[in-house]
Amino acid sequence: MNVKVEKIISTIMQGVKSFGLPRIIIGLFLLLLFIAAPFVGVNIGTSLSDTFNRFGMNAVMVLAMVPMIHSGCGLNFGLPLGIIAGLLGGTLSMQFNFTGPASFMMAIVFATPFAVILGWGYGQLLNKVKGGEMMIATYVGFSSVAFMCIMWLLLPYSNPTMVWGYAGKGLRTTISTEGYYLHVLNDFLSIQVTDHLVIPTGMFLFFGLLALMVWAFLHTKTGTAMTAVGSNRTFARASGIHVDNIRTLSVVMSTWLGALGILVYQQSFGFIQLYMGPFYMALPAVSAILIGGASVNKATIMNVIVGTFLFQGILTMTPSVMNSMINTDMSEVIRIIVSNGMILYALTRKTEATR
Amino acid sequence: MTLQRTNLQKVKRFLGNNTVTILFLVICAFGIPLSGYSANYLVSEVVVRIARNSFLIVSLLIPILAGMGLNFGMTLGAMAGQIGLVFISDWGIVGIPGIVLAMIISTPISVALGIWCGKILNMAKGREMVTSYIIGFFMNGIYQLVVLYGMGAIIPIRSNSLVLPRGYGIRNTVNLIGIRKSLDNLLMIRLFGIPIPLFTLVVIALLCIFILWFKKTKLGQDMRAVGQDMEVARAAGIKVEHTRIVSIVISTVFAGYGMIIYLQNIGTLNTYNSHMQIGMFSVAALLVGGATVSQAKIRNVFLGVILFHIMFIVSPMAGKNLIGQAQLGEYFRVFVSYGVITVSLVLYEIRKKHDRGIAGQILAQEQGVEA
Repeated sequence: MNVKVEKIISTIMQGVKSFGLPRIIIGLFLLLLFIAAPFVGVNIGTSLSDTFNRFGMNAVMVLAMVPMIHSGCGLNFGLPLGIIAGLLGGTLSMQFNFTGPASFMMAIVFATPFAVILGWGYGQLLNKVKGGEMMIATYVGFSSVAFMCIMWLLLPYSNPTMVWGYAGKGLRTTISTEGYYLHVLNDFLSIQVTDHLVIPTGMFLFFGLLALMVWAFLHTKTGTAMTAVGSNRTFARASGIHVDNIRTLSVVMSTWLGALGILVYQQSFGFIQLYMGPFYMALPAVSAILIGGASVNKATIMNVIVGTFLFQGILTMTPSVMNSMINTDMSEVIRIIVSNGMILYALTRKTEATR
Repeated sequence: MTLQRTNLQKVKRFLGNNTVTILFLVICAFGIPLSGYSANYLVSEVVVRIARNSFLIVSLLIPILAGMGLNFGMTLGAMAGQIGLVFISDWGIVGIPGIVLAMIISTPISVALGIWCGKILNMAKGREMVTSYIIGFFMNGIYQLVVLYGMGAIIPIRSNSLVLPRGYGIRNTVNLIGIRKSLDNLLMIRLFGIPIPLFTLVVIALLCIFILWFKKTKLGQDMRAVGQDMEVARAAGIKVEHTRIVSIVISTVFAGYGMIIYLQNIGTLNTYNSHMQIGMFSVAALLVGGATVSQAKIRNVFLGVILFHIMFIVSPMAGKNLIGQAQLGEYFRVFVSYGVITVSLVLYEIRKKHDRGIAGQILAQEQGVEA
């Protein structure tokens, strides 16, 4: 009898260990918030709907972490670079007056070459600094955002919905996507479950499609090579894999996914945020995938889904529930502590520290 | 047979080692005439900024000595300094006693944060910089929790001018009128019409002397050894982890003092913003001065402050005169600040790899001679 109990306890402990303690704490916290919600007068339907919506908005950007983690380039703190490619795509599509769903398609088409070129250059740079990728990625992101601030002022955009009214030039800090690609994915096949609960099927499908592509890619020959490069560079080189090329490919993929990610985000959010907008966008995406159970050199699609749901769930639920409970909005502080705490936790794991 | 460097290689090496500094000299050389500022104005501005920023930047030197790279965790010290300033503003203690008291209050907070930060960095050896960077963000959350929700609610704050109208939490800006420039004005002399805050400069000089002396002490030598090679240092009986923690603690405490000196010059405390940028600006200035991730000297600090801040002063005006938009100059200096750090980090990583290659060549040659 006693042995049985011990066995059960040890299995539970093993389960906890494999699932990760921080994930369980965050998961329980989220569950608690959902349980507490009706008692403080927060509508569960609206909350769930918001959570789904934000999941769809952010999931692609979190997915953009996967290829680089797989090839051993670490966490992609350089996500803003991909976002910039997306911003260029989005603004160009609006500049050429594409409207409706076509503008979204064209935004992707325009963003792709930028993502490929920027990603290629970024990949070449990261190949030169193996071992110090993360710090340099952070600053590549920052300096490219700052550089684009100058470009947004100077580039010859002329669509009156985008440029400053009085000067007639220089893009605005926020541009509405209304009339262009606002909610094109959100409204695609969306399901109205109750008055408050809407499932944005289009966004889920789009994410699903990309996730499937990444998953399938990781199971091709090149994808397997990528994983090999990530787990042991020397071994990969010895078995005839061209390490630098594979790493560059992974960076290009990450950058491209980042570009698509920001477009999905914008079509749901309703605004294109330029200038310093993309500055800190890497951190939420990085912590989301880490909450999902990824580590600095290992990540799966499942990590992306679980992590984005948990992270965005907490972001949605804390303000509403906390506000009704103690009349203070502490959500921003909680967001900062949870997301950065999660990154710290991942960076200090002993097993990966000796990479 | 040894590897001799030709003259050309020496020049190349010099240019390679000082890329960022040379780049900045060029920017300043173009920017100063474009901005149209008078020499007098520029010099007095630069003197003010040397007095304001040097102390903060010097606080970065010790962790570099210990091989922990650029301590982005200096924001922790800045937060401690700010908490000290909030308390003395509340208690209404003005002038030099106020500054000294703020420093005294900040010290235990800095020490505690420094120990914590050092322990975490010991768990993340090999990626101290990115970790210390995230620690800064993480502590910003805790700082907000304490200052925005704790102060006035749990921690007693009496002054109504400090607390938000809702009854707890510190206002976004705190006026430091009581201690404004009190350190600078203690001994202000004029040289060719340029005001020079002599006392602040003396304090900075004392800190520099302390750093120079510290490098020669047993602890300083231990740190150098740890910075060179952790395993060798451990074999020599140095407590590696302990030494690393001490270096971070010293850096954090000095960063706290530096922040107080910085803010007494500015005169207002942006409670939730002041500390966030200071790490980035200090690191950028140090790198502009020719320091690298693994090596920094006192002279890098001052060269860096001068060049970085000339760029900072002239770029909005230069942007306006060149293209007609001051905003452009603003963005340009943000871009340059981040760009400098990026370029320095990249060059450092490349050189590290390159040097390893040379060491390998030398080793191969020596073995070739033996065989």
